[in-house]
Amino acid sequence: MPTMTYLEAISDALRQELRADERVLVMGEDVGAFGGAFKVTDGFVEEFGEGRVMDTPLAEAAIVGTAVGAAVVGMRPVCEMQFADFVACGFDQLVNVAGKTHYRSGLAVPIVVRLPSGGGFSGGPFHSQNPEAWFMHAPGIKVLAPSTPEDAKGLLTAAIRDPNPVVFLEHKHLYRRIKGEVPVGTYETPMTARLAREGEDLTVIAYGAMVHAALEATTPEQVDGASVEVLDLRSLVPLDTEAILATVAKTSKIVIVDEANETCAAGAQVAALIAEHAFEQLDGPIRRVATPDVPIPFSPPLEQAVLPSVERIRDACRDLLAY
Amino acid sequence: MATQTAGPAGARDPAAVSETSLGPSAHLTAADRVELLRAMLLMRAIEARALTLYRQGRVPGSFYDGFGQEAVSVGAAFAMSPQDRLCILHRDLGAHLVRGVAPPRILAQYMGRASGVTGGRDGNVHFGDPALGCVPMVSMLPDMMCVAAGMAMAFKLRGEPRVALTFFGDGSTSRGDFHEAMNWAGVQRLPVVFVLENNQYAYSTPLSKQFAVDPVERARMYGFPGVTVDGNDVEAVFETVRAARSRALAGEGPTLVEAVTMRMHGHAAHDDMRYVPPELLAEWAERDPIERQERRAASLGVDVEALRAEVEAEVDAAAAEALAGQMPDPANAAHGVFAVGAPQPLGDGRAPWSGFAAEPATAVRDPLSAGAGTDGGEQRPAEATV
Repeated sequence: MPTMTYLEAISDALRQELRADERVLVMGEDVGAFGGAFKVTDGFVEEFGEGRVMDTPLAEAAIVGTAVGAAVVGMRPVCEMQFADFVACGFDQLVNVAGKTHYRSGLAVPIVVRLPSGGGFSGGPFHSQNPEAWFMHAPGIKVLAPSTPEDAKGLLTAAIRDPNPVVFLEHKHLYRRIKGEVPVGTYETPMTARLAREGEDLTVIAYGAMVHAALEATTPEQVDGASVEVLDLRSLVPLDTEAILATVAKTSKIVIVDEANETCAAGAQVAALIAEHAFEQLDGPIRRVATPDVPIPFSPPLEQAVLPSVERIRDACRDLLAY
Repeated sequence: MATQTAGPAGARDPAAVSETSLGPSAHLTAADRVELLRAMLLMRAIEARALTLYRQGRVPGSFYDGFGQEAVSVGAAFAMSPQDRLCILHRDLGAHLVRGVAPPRILAQYMGRASGVTGGRDGNVHFGDPALGCVPMVSMLPDMMCVAAGMAMAFKLRGEPRVALTFFGDGSTSRGDFHEAMNWAGVQRLPVVFVLENNQYAYSTPLSKQFAVDPVERARMYGFPGVTVDGNDVEAVFETVRAARSRALAGEGPTLVEAVTMRMHGHAAHDDMRYVPPELLAEWAERDPIERQERRAASLGVDVEALRAEVEAEVDAAAAEALAGQMPDPANAAHGVFAVGAPQPLGDGRAPWSGFAAEPATAVRDPLSAGAGTDGGEQRPAEATV
């Protein structure tokens, strides 16, 4: 199997689907001639033409809205928000038009909205956000957040083939930092959780970039030899309740990590789920590690003070292990 | 056709508008002209019945109608082919009737019945029948301008001779989606017709508080024509939209059609319209679109009274059928949030205009659909880029 970066795996998924299905269309700001702000679509316009790799006006509502229109007449648009933060400008089209059309009319809206998300490199308050919870709260939208190149390719492929609106969070800090083996050809990764590491004594539940932070924070050396399981959610909608409850039954100690702001984050939903359905199986309080409810600051010491660090995750695990 | 210049404030002067209207269309047969009247009569009769049902407590929520605006939706929809696609708004019931939505389903829709177009999942005219090539509106206006532009974008990409059309009101022109859709459609020269239904008020807000420059004038700034038409003349609306559609099919891009009309009822059934000067309503009452078309039909020898009676009987029957329908099963309230399996493509709508009968039926077929409807179908390998 070839090795690819997370970014190359995303590009590969897009390229393969563009080749395989002429209904697939990539659209967004600067995705054509420039190849995208992060170069995910580098070289695409040469292979597929300006019609299918479309540089759009700077208009997020219209990017999502026209994608909905194209989708209902048979296309499979994949939109790129240049930064996940900018999806706020297209929020209404996504939440009210894309998300509610099937329930109201039976008309499917197969669009994908790619959201380069997350902080860690001085993007500041408007280039660092993790807006996944906005969409978890909006019925009718699937929300995916892969952590590995293999899953990024397989989940993006699944998203493009899915008949629903799918929000696809790709963490910018993983783009070039994370490499891994990626199967050749096309394949779909199921929208379920994945055990990133098996363990016996405690489970860290995370997704996206925080999976890597969790793995780093819970090596045996970091946690006095304890055996820590790491569950990578991969999909937030649908949420893999079965896998979450299974790991609770197995380890009985749960730390949940979100890079997103703490209140009503994905991890809050996971915590509620466990409290409601697996209270008797817990052997200690659920612990959460998340970004406090502040905008993501620009300056490195400020940003590092708010984002969940390896140390904060490690300390939360140590505390809970000692409970 | 020239863009009409209007003053920046105050209600549009209907007399000035009529001077620029196209008047009776040379593209309409006598049967077409009667069909236009029939659709407007049906819209008014259905909405009158629905208002009665609302007052009887049978329509939950509130009730919105398009009394006085019938010519806009009927005339515009009449110009659209089966394979064209529409996003119809809440004062445009006539467009649904032209496309073929059966009256019992509409009355059941108002009453939240299982047999309504949305099966009780949405109310009022917040629907679009996908089987008839219509995408349901949302209440955030004018979101559907972007959706219509997107449909047109797909038609253009695939080289299909088809057009998308959507309606929106004067208040909608203040929102960002108006700008984004107008700009996008202009940049890409999309085959889309934007029908601005200027009915003088957005809820209680008059035009003078909505914009400083009449929206039809803005069209030129986006690179395409804006045309004002008398929105109370169904044949003029048809002719204007027909011309805009032809323009779109010729690859000349979008048109903004401003249909000037008057909202003769309140924003919704609870609204007493105390903010509208009575003399304005009286002035517009003289210009009732149905009475105008009735005079034309009478001159063609049509028995208008008989036509009215026929429509009333149809609505009586529709109301009885709708009232006999069941309420939806609460057990299904959470079903269908997500689509499962291959999407069901949009179907083609009814297109009663005689002009379409002359067009070859094979002229408009989606190259991507293998035997399915016009939109969608099974996935096929890409043999060539579109």
